[in-house]
Amino acid sequence: MTADEKTNMQGKGLSRRGFLKGVGAGGAVATIATGCSTIDRDGVVSLTPRGPENTPITLNINGRRRKLEVEPRVTLLDALRNRLDLTGAKKVCDRGTCGSCTVLVDGEPAYSCSMLAVEAAGRKITTVEGLGSPEQMNAVQEAFVENDAQQCGFCTPGFVVACTSVLDKNPDATLEEAQAGCGGNLCRCGTYVGMNQALMDAAKSLKGGA
Amino acid sequence: MATAAWPGKKDRSLIGKSITRQDGPVKATGRAKYSYDLNPPGLLWAKPATSPHAHAKLVSIDTKKAEALPGVKGVWKDTDLIGEEVRYIGQIIACVAAESEEIATEAVALVEAKYEVLEHQVIDNDPKFATGRASEQEVGKVADGFAEADVTIEGDYGVPVITHCCMEPHGQVTEVRGGELYAWPSTQNVSRWADRLNDSVGIDRAKMHVDCQYMGGGFGSKFTYDKWGVIGTLLAKQTGRPVKLLLDRDLELAIAGNRPSGYTHIKLGVKNDGAITAFEGSVVGTGGGGGYRLRAFPYVFEPKNRKTTMKGIRTNRGGQRAWRAPSHPQTCLLTFSALEDAAAKIGMDAAAFYKKNLNLTARPDVYAEELDIAMKMIGYAEKAHLRTKLDAGPVKRGLGIAMHTWGGLGHGSECRVTINPDGSVKAEIGTQDLGTGARTVVSIIAAETLGLPLEAIDTRIGNNAYPASGGSGGSTTTGGISVSTRMAATDALNDLLGHAATKLGVAADKLEAKGGRIREMGNAAKSMSWADACKMLRTGSISKTGQNNRTEAQKAGLIDAGVGGVQIADVSVDTETGVVTLNEMAAVQDCGLIVNMKTCESQVFGGVIMGITSALFEEALYDPTTGRMLNADMEFYRIAGIKDVGTIKVHMMTGEEYEKRGIIGIGEPPVIAPAAAISNAVANAIGVRVPYLPLTPERVLNVLA
Amino acid sequence: MKSFEYATPRTVDEAVEQLAEQWGETEVLAGGTDLVTCLKQGLTAPKRVVSLKAVKDLKGISSTKGALTIGAMTTMGELAGNAGVQKHFPSLATAVKNIASPQLLSTGTVGGDLCQRPRCWYYRNGYGLLAQQDGKSLVTAGDNRYHAIFGNAGKAKFVSASSLGPPLIALGATIKTSSREIAADKFFQTPKSENERETVLKPNEIITAISVPLSGAENATYEIRHRQGLDWPYVTASVAKTNGGTKVVLGHVAPTPWIVAGNDAAQGAKPLSGNGYKVKMVKTAVKRALAAASNGASN
Repeated sequence: MTADEKTNMQGKGLSRRGFLKGVGAGGAVATIATGCSTIDRDGVVSLTPRGPENTPITLNINGRRRKLEVEPRVTLLDALRNRLDLTGAKKVCDRGTCGSCTVLVDGEPAYSCSMLAVEAAGRKITTVEGLGSPEQMNAVQEAFVENDAQQCGFCTPGFVVACTSVLDKNPDATLEEAQAGCGGNLCRCGTYVGMNQALMDAAKSLKGGA
Repeated sequence: MATAAWPGKKDRSLIGKSITRQDGPVKATGRAKYSYDLNPPGLLWAKPATSPHAHAKLVSIDTKKAEALPGVKGVWKDTDLIGEEVRYIGQIIACVAAESEEIATEAVALVEAKYEVLEHQVIDNDPKFATGRASEQEVGKVADGFAEADVTIEGDYGVPVITHCCMEPHGQVTEVRGGELYAWPSTQNVSRWADRLNDSVGIDRAKMHVDCQYMGGGFGSKFTYDKWGVIGTLLAKQTGRPVKLLLDRDLELAIAGNRPSGYTHIKLGVKNDGAITAFEGSVVGTGGGGGYRLRAFPYVFEPKNRKTTMKGIRTNRGGQRAWRAPSHPQTCLLTFSALEDAAAKIGMDAAAFYKKNLNLTARPDVYAEELDIAMKMIGYAEKAHLRTKLDAGPVKRGLGIAMHTWGGLGHGSECRVTINPDGSVKAEIGTQDLGTGARTVVSIIAAETLGLPLEAIDTRIGNNAYPASGGSGGSTTTGGISVSTRMAATDALNDLLGHAATKLGVAADKLEAKGGRIREMGNAAKSMSWADACKMLRTGSISKTGQNNRTEAQKAGLIDAGVGGVQIADVSVDTETGVVTLNEMAAVQDCGLIVNMKTCESQVFGGVIMGITSALFEEALYDPTTGRMLNADMEFYRIAGIKDVGTIKVHMMTGEEYEKRGIIGIGEPPVIAPAAAISNAVANAIGVRVPYLPLTPERVLNVLA
Repeated sequence: MKSFEYATPRTVDEAVEQLAEQWGETEVLAGGTDLVTCLKQGLTAPKRVVSLKAVKDLKGISSTKGALTIGAMTTMGELAGNAGVQKHFPSLATAVKNIASPQLLSTGTVGGDLCQRPRCWYYRNGYGLLAQQDGKSLVTAGDNRYHAIFGNAGKAKFVSASSLGPPLIALGATIKTSSREIAADKFFQTPKSENERETVLKPNEIITAISVPLSGAENATYEIRHRQGLDWPYVTASVAKTNGGTKVVLGHVAPTPWIVAGNDAAQGAKPLSGNGYKVKMVKTAVKRALAAASNGASN
C-alpha cells in the first residue's frame, strides 16, 4: 500500500478507486494480493475485504454443502431463491417484518431477507424444504395440512419454520407460548384459527401423543 | 342413469364433509411453485422504473445509463406516456431486464426521467375536494320519514382506503418462444388473463399459454395482465429470454391494490319503539383517479324512506381494484354504525333494535335465526349492556353486531371429465385455486358423481388449455366449477353406464356408481367394479365437457345466489392506552349446500380475520405534501398477527332448507361485517363512537379526550 | 442496493481500521436486521460493509465488579434469556421480549439495537433524516402520528427506535466502545444536520460492550403497542427506583430516549398536529411501569 492510498483509506477523500485498492488495511495483511486466496474453506472469514464482485462461499443448507458465488450485497433469501432454486422461503415484505422468508440459522429462526448470504457462510441453514417433503412431512407440516392452517399458502413455509422452531425447543409449550413463536410472521388469508389448532396438535405429536 | 341434481344428505359420501385440501402437503413443505418461484433457464429479472411525482407531465425518459450497466439485457420505456401526465407516485414509466435481481434494481435507479411537476391532491375525506355531479337516489319520501320519527340521530362515519396486500405480489414470468407466449402470472383469472393482451404485444390470442398452479392471494386485485404483463411480454419478446417481473412490496401496496374509501354523514329517523322511519346518507370517497360509487347503501336494512348521495374525490393515488366483496364492507360499517348509534340514543338493546326492523331486510327469517344463534354463541344475554352502563375501571368491555349479504351465483364454467379404459379419471378445468380449495372442490364433485374415492380423480386446473372457467371474483367459483364438473362427470358416467348395462343385463337408467362399483340401484349384488366397467371401453376413453349454464342451473337448484350472515364482536378497550383487544367473534353464515365443510369454514375464519384486520389496523396513509403513500410496507401497513384476533367461533347454517338451494359462493360475505361489529362493540364499551376506521389507539384516545 | 465490499475483521482494532472516518463511506454490520433494510432502501450506500461476526470478545454476558457486562454482539434473545438479566433487570428483559419476533431476537444484537436508524416514514421513504423539503418540515405539515412530542423543537422530529436505550439509561448503564466509555444517558444525540447521526459514536468507532450496574434498583418497562406480535411501540416507559430516587426514561417520544425530569412525565410535551394522544399514553405508561417495578413485574 502506498502512502497515498493509505491516506485515501483513512482520510476524507475516500475515492472508490483508492478504497478498493486499499484492501486489507493495516500493514500485516497489506502484502496479500487478492481476497480469494485468503478465504477459509467456506468463505466465512477473510483477512481482506471481498467483493464487491462475486465471491465464493459455501452454504451448509439442509445438510448439504452448496458452493456458490455471490456479490456481498446478495441476501441469503435471494441466494436461496435465485441461485439455488430453493424457493420455499418467500419474498413478501423483504424488510424483516412478515416472516415469509424465515429459515433456521444454527437452529434459530431468522429472516433470510435481512441477512447477507456472505454472513450465512459456515452456519447451519435449514429451509422449509429441509424440514420435510410432501411424502414425509414433519409434525408441524402435517398439522398444518390437517387443520387447514393455510389458504394461499404463500406465508405458510415461513410459519412452518417458525412453528417448528418454537415447538422443537419446547414441545410442552402452551398455546400462548407457541403463538409467541409466530410473533414475527404474518398471514393475509387469515389462517390463524387453523394454525392455533395445528400448533397444539403438532406439540402433542412431538411429545409422542396420538 | 345418473342425473345432475345434487344427491340427498344420506346419499353423499364426500359433499358436505370436512375434507383436507389436496395441495396442502406441497404448500406446507415449500414445494408448491408460485409464479414468483419459477426460475426457468436463462431467466432475466425485470424491475420497473416509476414516477416519483404524484402528478406531473412526463417530459422525457432516458435509459442510456441503465442500458450501459453490465448485465442489463433489455429496456422498455413507455413512449406513449411522454408528453402525458403521470397521476400517482409509483406509476410505471419504464422497465429494465437484467441478469440478476440486484443488477435490475441498480439499473432502475439509473433511468433518468424529466418531469414538469403539477399540483397533486391525495386527501380523500374532505367533501370540498369532491368533483363532478353527485349521484343521488331517493326511495319513498325521506322528509315524510323524518316527520314520522320520534328521534333523529346524525353521525359521521368513515372507512379509509385499504390495500389488498397479497402476500405474493402482482406479476408474472413470461417467455416468448417461436412467436408464442408462455405466461405464468399470479392471477385469479387463468382462462381469461390474456384476453386483449394481444392488442399490446402483437401475439395472437390463440398463441398465448397461461399457467398458474399456485397463487399467493388476490382478493379481487388479480384479474388481468396489467401494465406489468404487457411489459414482461414485450421484454421477453425483445430479449428472447424468460423474464420475471413481480412488484416489490412498496409498489404492490401503492399501485396494485386499493379499496375505495367512504366517508359519510348519516341522518336516521326512528320511533321510540325502535322502528326506523327514514335514512339519509351522503358519501364521499376516493377510488384514485377514476370514478367512484359505493353500491348497497344503506346496507341490509332498507328503510322505506331513504335517500343517498354519493360523490367521488379524484386523488393522485393508485387506482381502485375490486377488494373482497366490493362496496359491502364500507357500506356495512357506515350503515351499522348509524343503526347502533340510533339504538343507543333511544336506550334500546342493539339486538332488539335489529329484530324490530328485520322487516326492512330481504331475508327476515334467515337473519332472525342467525342472530339468535350468534347471540347464544357469544353469550349475549349475560354480557350485553347498554351504552350508558359502562364497566368500571380503565378496561371496558362491549358487544357489537353487524349483518351482511352477498350474491355468489356460480360463474360460467366448463369442465372436461375423461374416463379411461384403465379406470383412471381426469378432470380438466381452466379455473384457479386462490387458496379457497377450488382444486379440491373439483375432485370432490367428480369423485362423488362417479362413486370413487377422492384420490381417484386426477384434477388439472390452472391452465388456459383446459376448458374455460370464470375468474374467481364475486364468490362465484365454487358454484361455477361444481356445476360444470358435475355436468361433465354425469355425462361421462352415463356413457360408461351404457357399456356396463349390456354386461350386467340391467338397463342403464337403473344403474348407479357407488363405492367404486357400478351397480343396480338398490341391489349391490348385481354389480361390477369400476375398473371392470372401464375395461369395456376398448374403443377408447370417454371424454365429456360439462357447462354451468347459470340460469338453468339456478332453476334446477344446483346453484343459487344470496346469502346472509350475522356477526357479533366482543371487545375490551383500555381507555388509558386506547388499545382495542378483540376477545371473541361469533360468525353465523349460510351459503346453501356446502361442498367441503373444512375449506368452507376456513373461508369464513379467514374472512372474519381479514375483517378484523381492517377494523383495527389497515389504512393507506398518504402524505399531503409529497403525495406519497407513507406506509407502503408491512411495518406500518399493519395486518393482524396470530395473537391479535381473539377467539373466533363460526357456525355454518346447514339442513334441508339451506341445502335445497344448491351451492352458493362463500369467499366474500364473511369479510363484510367484522369491522362494523367491532366498531359497534367499541362504542358499546366506551360509550362513544370512534367514527373512523381503523380503530387505532390514537383514534380511541382522541375521542375519549 | 449498490454493491459494496465486505470485510470480516477478527479483532476490534481490525474492525476500526476497516472503517472510514466519514459517515456513509462504510457501515458496521452486526445482526443486519436494520442495516440490510437501510441498504435496500438506499438510505446508505457504503463502499464497504464491515461485519462484526468474526470479531472476538464481543459476545456474551458476564457478571463482574457489581455490574453485568453485555457484549455488543450478544443477540437480543440471549439478553432476554439470561438469568442474571431476568433477575436483576426485568426492564431490559421486557423491552426485549416485547420485540415479539423470534427472528429478530435471534439475529438482532444489543449494539445494533442502540445504533439502529429511526423508523420515521419520511426518512425511510427517502426524504432525509430531518425530512426537510423547501426549507420546511414534511413532518410538521404531514402525518406525524408516530413522531416526537418531546425534544422536537429542532429539525429532528423522528423518535429514537432503540428498545434498550430507555431501560439502559434508567439503569445507569455505561456504553463501552472501541475507544472510550460513554454514560448511556450521553450516548444518544439529536442530529442537527443530515451529516449527523443519532448517537455520539464516530463513524470509525464501534460499541464493544454495555455495562449495567447491579444497583439493586426496582425496575420495569411498560410498553403501549398496537399489535401483539412484532410492532413498534407507541410509547414506552422504563423506570428504576433506588433509594436515591426514581429514574424514568421514555421511549418513542423524542429523537432520543427521553429522560423525565420532575414528577410529571408529560411536562413540557409539545405535540405536533397528530400526536397529542401520546401525552395520555406517556402518563399511562409511566404509571404502569412504576406499578410494575414495585410489583417486580414488567408487561
